[in-house]
Amino acid sequence: MNSRGLRVLSISTVAAFCVSLCLVFFYAPIEAEEGFLQKIFYLHVPLAIVSLCGFVIGALLAIAHLRTGDQRWDLRSYVAIHMSLIFGVGVLLTGSIWARGSWGHWWVWSEPTLVSFLIVFLLYATYQPLRFAIEDPERQARYASVFAITAGAFVPLNFLAVRLSSSYLHPRVLGSSSNLPAPMALTFVVSLAAMALLFATLCSYEMTAKRTRILLKSRSRILGYR
Amino acid sequence: MTMIAPLASTLPEHSNDGYVAAAYIVFLAIVLIYVAIMAIRLSRMERDLRELRTRAEQDPHTEQPGRAETHERTPARERERETV
Repeated sequence: MNSRGLRVLSISTVAAFCVSLCLVFFYAPIEAEEGFLQKIFYLHVPLAIVSLCGFVIGALLAIAHLRTGDQRWDLRSYVAIHMSLIFGVGVLLTGSIWARGSWGHWWVWSEPTLVSFLIVFLLYATYQPLRFAIEDPERQARYASVFAITAGAFVPLNFLAVRLSSSYLHPRVLGSSSNLPAPMALTFVVSLAAMALLFATLCSYEMTAKRTRILLKSRSRILGYR
Repeated sequence: MTMIAPLASTLPEHSNDGYVAAAYIVFLAIVLIYVAIMAIRLSRMERDLRELRTRAEQDPHTEQPGRAETHERTPARERERETV
């Protein structure tokens, strides 16, 4: 993406976040049961959705890499997974804070939603050590793509398994049982869009930085400075 | 004033829910840490680029025709073999 595109994306992200925060704190009504604490929902859930989608996108980009052999797809897949991991840290931390306020515990091991997300997070935490343990760039990209596809397939399966589990404390957001009032639903959708924009912006910056670094390294090598 | 009054009802009367502030601060901190790391990496890259340019300007062999041809031919192939 060129610098103009990056600028437009960045401004859109900032604007979307401003609108989202205004809606969260000045428009969405206070929930009857949880009160003001429920405002964490507009941060935690979009973070979780974007993070999980990022892992799946990473898998799709890895498929494109294996099909075409083009290293650019591998770079995109790496960046999507890298960014999803960062968002995943946010999900775990904000989720713990919400759990503490709502249930009185930082973590509930008997809750499938929490544990399953932790498993997905820990699975992807092994992606980078695996990747950087391989020195040969082509092998590194190929193995990383295979890992990304396998782990990416695990994400929706894991999500489905949790949905099918019978006992849970964690509220369901998406599905027939969710009946958010219109102002809350609107706020949630805007928050989700803002989070997706943030993900796209950070991915674009990361990708631009990586490409520049790769170019710089190759130029240095050609000139015989490294 | 008439517009602010209904909006104020969406805020808590007694803000004992520091958890909400904590969650948003944690999120902001994560983004800021990421941006700071990015800024450090970019400044390092800028320094490397400056160093590369200085060395290239000082190097008398840089302008040789054969070498210039190599520059044109190899970057894409070399780049493909670079690690992430």
